[in-house]
Amino acid sequence: MIILKAEDITVGYTEVDILHDVGIRVKSGEIVSIIGPNGAGKSTLLKTIFGILKPRNGSVTLKDEDITGLNPDKIARKGISYVPQVENVFPSMTIQENLEMGAFIRDDDYSQRIDEVYDLFTVLRERKKQKVGHLSGGQRQMVAMGRALMLDPQVLLLDEPSAGLAPVLVSDIFEKIMEINATGVAMIIVEQNAREALKMAHHGYVLAMGRNVLDDKGEALLANEEVGRLYLGG
Amino acid sequence: MEIGGIIAYLVSLAIMAGIYAVFCLGLNIQWGYTGLFNIGIAGFFCIGAYATALITTPKPTGMYAHYVQQIFGLNLPFIFGLLGAAIICGVIAFLIGIPTLKLGEDYLAIATLGIAETFRLIFNNEHWLANGPRGLMGLPQPLQGLVDPRHYNYIYLIVVVIIMVLIYLSIERAIRSPWGRVLRAVREDEVSAGMSGKDIFRFKMQSLVFGAMVMGIGGALYAHYTKAISPDVFTPLYGTFIIWVMLMAGGSGNNKGAILGAYVVWGIWIGAKFMTDFLPYTLKARAPYIRFLLVMILLEIILIYRPQGLLGEEKKVSKLIE
Amino acid sequence: MAELIVYGIVLGSIISLGAIGLSLVYGILRFANFAHGDFLTAGAYVALFMVTGVLSWIGIPDNTFGSLSFGWRMVIAFPISMVVVGCVAIALDRILYRKLRQKGSGAVMLAMSSLGAAFIIRMIILIIWGADSLFYRPGLMRPALEVPLGIKIRPDQILILFVVLFLVVLLHLFLKKTKMGKAMRATADNMELALISGINTERIIIWTWGIGGALAAAGGILYGIDVQLHPYMGWNFLIPLFAATILGTIGNIYGALIGGLTIGIAQQVSTAFLLPTYKLAVAFIIMILILLIRPKGIFGKE
Ligand SMILES: Nc1ncnc2c1ncn2[C@@H]1O[C@H](COP(=O)(O)OP(=O)(O)O)[C@@H](O)[C@H]1O
Ligand SMILES: [Mg+2]
Repeated sequence: MIILKAEDITVGYTEVDILHDVGIRVKSGEIVSIIGPNGAGKSTLLKTIFGILKPRNGSVTLKDEDITGLNPDKIARKGISYVPQVENVFPSMTIQENLEMGAFIRDDDYSQRIDEVYDLFTVLRERKKQKVGHLSGGQRQMVAMGRALMLDPQVLLLDEPSAGLAPVLVSDIFEKIMEINATGVAMIIVEQNAREALKMAHHGYVLAMGRNVLDDKGEALLANEEVGRLYLGG
Repeated sequence: MEIGGIIAYLVSLAIMAGIYAVFCLGLNIQWGYTGLFNIGIAGFFCIGAYATALITTPKPTGMYAHYVQQIFGLNLPFIFGLLGAAIICGVIAFLIGIPTLKLGEDYLAIATLGIAETFRLIFNNEHWLANGPRGLMGLPQPLQGLVDPRHYNYIYLIVVVIIMVLIYLSIERAIRSPWGRVLRAVREDEVSAGMSGKDIFRFKMQSLVFGAMVMGIGGALYAHYTKAISPDVFTPLYGTFIIWVMLMAGGSGNNKGAILGAYVVWGIWIGAKFMTDFLPYTLKARAPYIRFLLVMILLEIILIYRPQGLLGEEKKVSKLIE
Repeated sequence: MAELIVYGIVLGSIISLGAIGLSLVYGILRFANFAHGDFLTAGAYVALFMVTGVLSWIGIPDNTFGSLSFGWRMVIAFPISMVVVGCVAIALDRILYRKLRQKGSGAVMLAMSSLGAAFIIRMIILIIWGADSLFYRPGLMRPALEVPLGIKIRPDQILILFVVLFLVVLLHLFLKKTKMGKAMRATADNMELALISGINTERIIIWTWGIGGALAAAGGILYGIDVQLHPYMGWNFLIPLFAATILGTIGNIYGALIGGLTIGIAQQVSTAFLLPTYKLAVAFIIMILILLIRPKGIFGKE
């Protein structure tokens, strides 16, 4: 079943269009990876799905509901969470407070959810009173993902979760992503680490110059010679 | 009022507006072309006026020295007063620029505001410097003996207009030069990769100093017009904000707009004075406040609905590049 | 000297109330609110209007509490004035700043607009009350208590310290314990992420103005009780407020508290060497020194 669908998205920050008729589909429980060169418009696509940018054309559909152009808080309520590429934590607040902010729109008791997030990222539990600004890059990324998980989303949008991390940490983060996915959360992951991202992915999309170039099963893209040459660094 | 009286009144109005136009031109260099947020114009106004007063009057002697104290008095001609005012204001601007120009825009604003208030305090309290709150009097006027003192204002209007035009022309020249192009690039943050933070600092500093020198001349022109100055003249309202309203109204980044704004807003200001004359007696004492209230509301309206002012910015840079 | 330091703490605590609000607003909206000083003035005069107008008219008795210089009227007027000025601050945001924000005007345009607002507030006060100094209780003798170290202090001043302490603790609890307070800190930290987390940042902005305005009003009233009321009182606080805010690192309210106390003490101690009218210049010089030595303030990261 297709849980999230973006079709014919045309969008830009100014009058200039950055994305041209871009589309993407996510089946429930799936990991979809988006790869492509810098400036291709990958982050822009995620921002549009999450309602930060309003598309000039095209639609975003969650299950059967049209959510095009809704504001981020509305979209969050409908079950999508988003982890931006940069500045994705509240640095002067503690880990615990960051997670609470993730649950801002929840009015019920979310203490159990916080426990679950700490179970996933056990290092965070030990430091819950620490300010996030003092943490290492890997731990910050965990806080960022933890914050996004607080709403128990059906779809999680991750923008370059491994960017700027040491190689050992990268595999840690990818492992966590697999664990999250195993709980049934569908994901869109934008990655520079294209090879790793495609290995995890059920399905992959290649984006370049704001357009869809290719899409296929993860392993099929990995095996594709042209993709290998152009986007996976040989 | 008979016709001669009306003309004399218009002349005095034109002189004051012309002096304000000089300030607007100075502010336009800083704000319009470089984006420097100076809200202490009154400080340069004050310093320019006092500088020329000390340069062009003699140091009191004998009996007089008991009544008027001043640190020095050079008794030099008008033109030296203008130059001295410009130079001293330039130096002060340089000193303010050092700690603030590398930081955000707001810091310069707070610092210039502080300078303006501090100088007003100094001139008010330090009697030995320039006679404290009573201020200095008897400033000479250029070409004084030429006509009947009753008609002197015509001469001074010509002096003001000539100086205003000279300043206008020199700013226009500077702005059309490569230097001016860099200034706007600095303002728009479109700085080319070849420019280091140090270069940007230098350009901002040059603009700040240039603008402050023009303001110093404005202060001097004012002092020689009224022939008497005291610290209470250089308040934030008369010395700073009305000038901002003028520039915003005329169009920042446009020297013609700066001059036009000065004349239009000064006209409105004087017009409002006539209107408040009709107020009931009980409110009359508060009339200046009502006028300032109206001017500030005008400023807010301009900021929201017509931030480009009457004329808007001239697109000289792009013309040059094409 | 000890006495000057104590007076400095009293003055500094009043500056802190203003600086905390200024810092809060700066932290969230990223512009220098030049109308903040005039919020202090507005607070003082709204309380005056209550004390000498409304409350006397509805017949609240005028007697004072023991050796303090005020009574029930002020106790009622104080919170009302805080609420009124908080609403004034919110109204300015709705009428002016929000429009500019939506148009994408830069921080300088907002600062310029706040300057205009500062004068609008002051001119309204001048039109209504005129330019003279006023007192909540004209002609009242205000005896000082003698405490150890030969310090003379008025009961009013001791109370001022307690009121400031109370308000600061209240604010601290609000920011640390309540959902809205935490959301406010989150918004100051990272506005975009706050939006992404579903925080209604426009509502946060309203709260910020409300709290900033209310604290400023409290500062203005306390200064009016301690010294006097004057239409320019808030304007004369503006440079000390900015000095305190910058010293304590912009956006850091605990820094603003320390900055306020430091500036207040420095200003009072300076009167041992300089004319009291130079207090403002002292705050200014300290600010310039901070900008030269440590522009990000004591809590800033280089
Ligand atoms: N905030 C922005 N304002 C204007 N243009 C932007 C902004 N963010 C990104 N862009 C432009 O949009 C294009 C796509 O950027 P982005 O989506 O970040 O690419 P990617 O994430 O694939 O590297 C780039 O050309 C970039 O310059
Ligand atoms: Mg990106």
